[in-house]
Amino acid sequence: MQIVLKNVLLINPAQNLNSKSSLLIEDGIIKKNGELDDSEIKNSEVIDCEGKIAAPGLFDMHVHLREPGREDEETVQTGSNAAAAGGFTGIACMPNTSPDIDSAETVRFIIEKAKNHMVDVYPVGAATLGRKGEALAPINELVEAGIVAVSDDGVAIKNASILRSVLEYCGMFDLPVIEHCEDPTLANGAMNEGLNSTLLGLNGIPTIAEDLIVMRDIMMSEFTGSRVHIAHISSAKSVEMVREAKKKGIKVTAEVAPHHFTFTDDQIKSYDTNYKMNPPLRTKNDLDEIIKGLKDGTIDCIASDHAPHSIEEKEMEFIYAPNGILGLETQLGIALSELVHKKVLSIEQLIEKLSINPRKILNLPIPKFEVGEAANLTIIDPDFVWTVDHSQFKSKSKNSPYDKRLLTGKSIAVINNKKMYINGKFSNI
Amino acid sequence: MPLSSRHLLGLNGVPREDIELILDTAITFREVLDRPIKKVPTLQGKTIVNLFYENSTRTRISFELAQKRLSADTVNFSTSTSSTKKGETFKDTVRNIEAMKLDMIVVRHESAGVPLYLTKISNANIINAGDGLHEHPTQALLDMYSIKERLGKIEGLKVCIVGDVAHSRVALSNIFGLKTMGAQVSVCGPATMMPLGIEKLGVKVYHDINKAIAENDVLNILRIQLERNAGSTIPSTREYHNYYGVTAERISNYNKEIVILHPGPINRGVEITSEVADGPYQVILDQVTNGVAIRMAVLYLLGTMH
Repeated sequence: MQIVLKNVLLINPAQNLNSKSSLLIEDGIIKKNGELDDSEIKNSEVIDCEGKIAAPGLFDMHVHLREPGREDEETVQTGSNAAAAGGFTGIACMPNTSPDIDSAETVRFIIEKAKNHMVDVYPVGAATLGRKGEALAPINELVEAGIVAVSDDGVAIKNASILRSVLEYCGMFDLPVIEHCEDPTLANGAMNEGLNSTLLGLNGIPTIAEDLIVMRDIMMSEFTGSRVHIAHISSAKSVEMVREAKKKGIKVTAEVAPHHFTFTDDQIKSYDTNYKMNPPLRTKNDLDEIIKGLKDGTIDCIASDHAPHSIEEKEMEFIYAPNGILGLETQLGIALSELVHKKVLSIEQLIEKLSINPRKILNLPIPKFEVGEAANLTIIDPDFVWTVDHSQFKSKSKNSPYDKRLLTGKSIAVINNKKMYINGKFSNI
Repeated sequence: MPLSSRHLLGLNGVPREDIELILDTAITFREVLDRPIKKVPTLQGKTIVNLFYENSTRTRISFELAQKRLSADTVNFSTSTSSTKKGETFKDTVRNIEAMKLDMIVVRHESAGVPLYLTKISNANIINAGDGLHEHPTQALLDMYSIKERLGKIEGLKVCIVGDVAHSRVALSNIFGLKTMGAQVSVCGPATMMPLGIEKLGVKVYHDINKAIAENDVLNILRIQLERNAGSTIPSTREYHNYYGVTAERISNYNKEIVILHPGPINRGVEITSEVADGPYQVILDQVTNGVAIRMAVLYLLGTMH
């Protein structure tokens, strides 16, 4: 089957590419890039891309798919569908499933579940057995089975000596260690600690709980020479430390979740549990530093921390409700609305943070707009105005604070693995 | 003039007129409590449920008595297990109870925000009887009533709240209410018991109990929770007593009358000595009586709104 993307603005920072063209895609391969003949157009499904952008397929490196274990909240299938709906052609899924992704068997199980889908799913393995921070997971076996990183996400690697071993061991494979930076002895709370937690009568999680572990991990990265990736950075101080570490040449990278550049802990005044996540929403001061870090490149990428929870679990008293919100289907719209339209980032910079950089961090190839290459791309309408409606989500869960929010910018179609997602449907191409 | 809200969730943002109306109304009900027949028909036909998700004796009894004095029909739902452990969600519990047709809910819960949540899932008037570390508005109202009863006013008084302010809903409600009523509010305790950002509420912080006694007209002394504090926020209750305990000697140094409040239950010999707790300046048992009157006032004002 032939697809034509007519008059599309091709943007790929990895190729220094920003130009208008038309693409002919046949059997999932880019066949032509440039002026197309009438005959080529006549025999194709033509997508008019006037005013739209084609970017290398977007990638979300922090997703919780809940399978195996909580298939009532999300599965590899439904999470992949949500990714496609949100404009993503690749995701990395976190290991805090049940069982944890700490055996080659579980890695293979997920890869098997994900095959034949338009979206590429790359498992992240547990760094330690059961994510308990006590003994190394069989990392070499996990690498052979197909993981792209390790993490004890949900918690930081508890024991500094084990962290050292994990980093040294992963260094052999140039495998990044993704850290959920939080000192658990300081983090017995339900929201950010500060004036708002005092006013709302909720125990707080102070930013120092994050900062201490970020500092430890940066120093350990420097000491071992191995790579640390800071997940969902939320504190101003942590951003500053990552910035300084990068200046020194330490191999640290960082991601931020959309809610941490969109909301502050003022949102908790409603006690709406869809604003409860970990790390928690912080203050305006933290948000401003995150924006600065996005601008100056301290923060490499944007990742959703997509965390599905059932309605019964989320609709609970605030202190009992689980942490986490959905992100896959709103992330691009939020990022375009909050960052590009507000002139924090250029569209090229956003594509770097949503496609190029996460792939670089995970040592994955970057899709290119070149004849002969497989088509792995996202078509974005940056000016499309829409209202988030969680009843329309492809995700199995509904826990989104963005419901009913007006956004500007959306993905229109996604192509990868000889498949296309457009108008809510998948088709083989 | 009716109250400006059909719920009492806290004192943060409650206008002064509302607080004054409640305090004035309570004077009438306080008189009722001294009559031989302590009952009025005001809330006859109204049904009130006391939904207590946390252990409480005195607050629940105080509310229940207030309801009975007003001739309301009352039922108690008390559980110390959270809905999560029980298997039924809080929302289902509330919907079940509401299906029995009731007019008001008095709620105590260990999670802050539950009273606000109730206003969204129930049509009843909601009264907060304590939510997490957030607010306990009727306690602060009865504290203010007791202060006014003793000193004739609230405006311009200096009131210091002593103890674990960071883990006290009584402290927060008192701060909001007293400031609205024109008092100067301060807090006293070790730094580990002071919540982040407290000074941004316009509250002075003391770490010296002697100074707090010297500079204030009223001390509201919070209970030190042995299980929560010892070892984590204070070295021991002995050390707390030595440095922050309110004793007769400390008060006598300043040769002044200082009104002593305590929300109870008292740890004699820890935050307060028996000499002070039973002494001439305390209004601790008046607080208990006034608590019934305040709760009658709140129930009456909310229950007769249209």
